[in-house]
Amino acid sequence: MIRLTDAPFDAGAELTRFAEGRTVTGAVASFLGLARGEAGAPAALELEAYAGFPESQIAAFVETAVDRFALHDARIVHRIGAIAPGEAIVLVLTAATHRRAAFEACDYLMDYLKSQAPLWKKEFGAGGPRWVEPTARDFADLGRWR
Amino acid sequence: MTRVLLFGRLADLAGWRDRTLTAEPGTLGELRQILAAADAALGEALGAAGVRAAVDKVLVTGDLALTPGAEVAFMPPMSGG
Repeated sequence: MIRLTDAPFDAGAELTRFAEGRTVTGAVASFLGLARGEAGAPAALELEAYAGFPESQIAAFVETAVDRFALHDARIVHRIGAIAPGEAIVLVLTAATHRRAAFEACDYLMDYLKSQAPLWKKEFGAGGPRWVEPTARDFADLGRWR
Repeated sequence: MTRVLLFGRLADLAGWRDRTLTAEPGTLGELRQILAAADAALGEALGAAGVRAAVDKVLVTGDLALTPGAEVAFMPPMSGG
């Protein structure tokens, strides 16, 4: 359900596997987050994790999404360690009977990951290394679900 | 022996991220005092808004008793996704 990996992953293969063999699911939604540049300059990222901790924290939160949106299944693949510009950082997959629940659960899980999952993102941009912290917008996004 | 883990900017500030103390603090509050006595800037950063603590991989709030050999993590605001 949750996979942390320090190597690039194949989002297409993950989606194919996730959607395979389903008979009652009518909708699979996906979100893929990429390491992007700032002001035209690509920035490398480093994702720090507390070994053994994010998996259990994220899994507990995924359970709330499964209950709230009546999901059939959900999967999160998240990179840790060094990430090059343009590489995928995170993939969220949700499966439900209808599209609305699948879309909303994807959105909900991403809002959680941005400020509540025990991961720390360091950006190596033109201005030197910088620890990224959640923005007011990230907290406002999370607040939409309360 | 209490093991202390620091993450993100807290580790950069302290200059270490994993340390086992010879002291055996009885509570989380005592541990904070020990860390602050050794490094005032770190002590202040640990008490700042948004910094969370986990004891043996469980998020905690406020003060609580620590068992011998506890693993305590101090975590700045999280930024995954």
